[in-house]
Amino acid sequence: MTTSPPQLAPQDTGRVTGTGAAHTSLKSFLGDWAKRARSGESGVLPVVAGLVLIVIVFQVQSPVFLSAGNLTNLLVQGAVFVLLGMAEVFVLLLGEIDLSIGYLAGIGAVVTGALLAYPYQAPWWVAIAAGLVVTSALGALQGTLITRLGLPSFVVTLSGLLGFEGLMILMIDNSGSASGGTIRITDNVVNDLVNGNLSPLAGWLALAAVLVVYGAVNLLASRRRRASGLVAVPPSVAIAKVAVTAAAGVVLVWICNTNRGALVPLRGVPWVVPIVLGVFVAWTALLGRTRFGRYIYAIGGNAEAARRAGVNLTRVRTLAFTLSGLTSGAAGVIYASRLGSISVNIDGGTLVLYAVAAAVIGGTSLFGGRGKVLHAVLGGLVIAAIYNGMGLLGMGAAVQYMVTALVLLAAVTVDAVARRNRRAA
Amino acid sequence: MAVIDQGHRPSAPQPPAGDGPFLSLRGVSKSFGAVQALSEVDLDLPAGQVTALMGDNGAGKSTLVKVISGIFGPDQGKMRWGGSEVQLRSPKEATRLGIATVYQDLALCDNLDIVQNMFLGREAVRRRLLDEGSMESQARTTLADLSVTTVRSIRQPVASLSGGQRQAVAVARAVMGKAKLVMLDEPTAALGVSQTAMVLDLISRLASSGIAVLVISHNLNDVLKVADRVAILYLGRMAAAGPISEFDTQKIVQFITSGTAADRVHPRPGAAGGGTQGAQEL
Repeated sequence: MTTSPPQLAPQDTGRVTGTGAAHTSLKSFLGDWAKRARSGESGVLPVVAGLVLIVIVFQVQSPVFLSAGNLTNLLVQGAVFVLLGMAEVFVLLLGEIDLSIGYLAGIGAVVTGALLAYPYQAPWWVAIAAGLVVTSALGALQGTLITRLGLPSFVVTLSGLLGFEGLMILMIDNSGSASGGTIRITDNVVNDLVNGNLSPLAGWLALAAVLVVYGAVNLLASRRRRASGLVAVPPSVAIAKVAVTAAAGVVLVWICNTNRGALVPLRGVPWVVPIVLGVFVAWTALLGRTRFGRYIYAIGGNAEAARRAGVNLTRVRTLAFTLSGLTSGAAGVIYASRLGSISVNIDGGTLVLYAVAAAVIGGTSLFGGRGKVLHAVLGGLVIAAIYNGMGLLGMGAAVQYMVTALVLLAAVTVDAVARRNRRAA
Repeated sequence: MAVIDQGHRPSAPQPPAGDGPFLSLRGVSKSFGAVQALSEVDLDLPAGQVTALMGDNGAGKSTLVKVISGIFGPDQGKMRWGGSEVQLRSPKEATRLGIATVYQDLALCDNLDIVQNMFLGREAVRRRLLDEGSMESQARTTLADLSVTTVRSIRQPVASLSGGQRQAVAVARAVMGKAKLVMLDEPTAALGVSQTAMVLDLISRLASSGIAVLVISHNLNDVLKVADRVAILYLGRMAAAGPISEFDTQKIVQFITSGTAADRVHPRPGAAGGGTQGAQEL
């Protein structure tokens, strides 16, 4: 309970007109932003700044870092971290954690790979759908144990971490198509999810379509809100947001469309980029625009208040774990597509730590109630940049683990300090 | 403690005779095992008036509120709501009748903004997507009706609000569902002086808009400022009830601490109005 000393009270008793006056000016918007920043609601600027810093450091150390080939490679590596981070955001928002998603991804990949291979030889979409259904079901199972039996998610998903690795190995061993603990992905569509590219023209057209829709939705919504007297960002900020997004999109497509092949020309946006973008848009809309999303935030903020407001906690929580399973299954399919195979060597333990790190580095709170899908995208790119850059510099796994651990610790520290500031505020 | 301000606000107009109180309880009893939490309690909550429910710890205040809000079913006794007899079997039924409770912890989500909190659990949707525009304008209207005009933006998270503003949001949330009876549990317990004044002001405005208000409070000061009527529980019995004009500080304290005020009481039968039998101890 926050209590303000009486001497701070004039603002409370003075009758200022205009309840919730909209952010009309840029100045008041920036003032609000500064206020939010101090309590850990600073948005994405810190992580973007961190990303730029990391890029500068690696570029100075290794001139290859910013080459088109390496950047595209970085995007592709990052896709798995980003998707796993998105999976983790759902449960982190509830104030829970899911440690099993690394091996859930493995199971999704194995189910898909095994169905594609002899003797099933299923169509690619059947194989992928089956993989996603299985991981969703396992996520739902964990969610049910957590909500119905009241078990801590930490322990349930820790069992998942162990149990799913065992299940995955068992499935690979019994798949009939594995050799040496590896299932090769033979289907072209599945392999092309990551390794195939849009044609350069298609890339530009897709970008144009995305930007037109994004810009129209953003600017029109902001104008309509202002017209009906609702709280809205100032027009300059709305335009700046669209402009920055457009610039980022143009740079992205331009880099991907630069020839990065050594012998034969290789250019175009990898298919995985629009796939990740699609998942990002869908999950952002789900969390931001639906009752279900609102309830996830409410439960993370104050579960008792949500319960008294009539929210079905069991249903929402279970569904969140199910979506986490679904998203990690997608991450697994992308993982297998990139390697062209799935083997018992997938390190689900490290992957889940990267996933938590991606979400938290991006700005999602470990304490529940605060976070966005966008955070997983940005945090996943940070992880990918560190992973990729240190690989370029020839640093071993030992250094990579330790650096990632330090970045994670730093992000959690920022989260905890911001939380304390909020309490004190 | 500051000097007690005896001059409470002018009483709201009494409800027309025959209209009767909005909610009336007769002979309500509730026991938990061997513990008799409420015995034969009578209580009238007239529309448009603030009734203060007082009593020492363990007197049964919370139990009574929980009975009225449908959380506990009474063992016996009758409840009349707007003239017709009702039985509340669940909090949902109470909500449907228009009975809203603001608990001491307010039950707000700190990470959500004011509009999101006010609509939590009953969000407006259009084509399965949240209709933020209509929710925001409704929330704005409700807050303006309550003259809550001090918040910087109704899109700020409630974590950034002062204690009084949080209380105002919780009250606004309660009345937005077309509440006819609002019960507030210790609304000023955690507040400073000026914020207390703001909340008391809010309570008065609630009542003058025709809502029946029940305030649980330990703070005599606050009660004397806003209440039109007082009801005092002592060990599960209704020790005294009636218009505030029949009470003074000393008498209230005596009722709270001993259940009677033998030496100074001059009973005024019928003065409690609305056919109440609550003042049986007077």
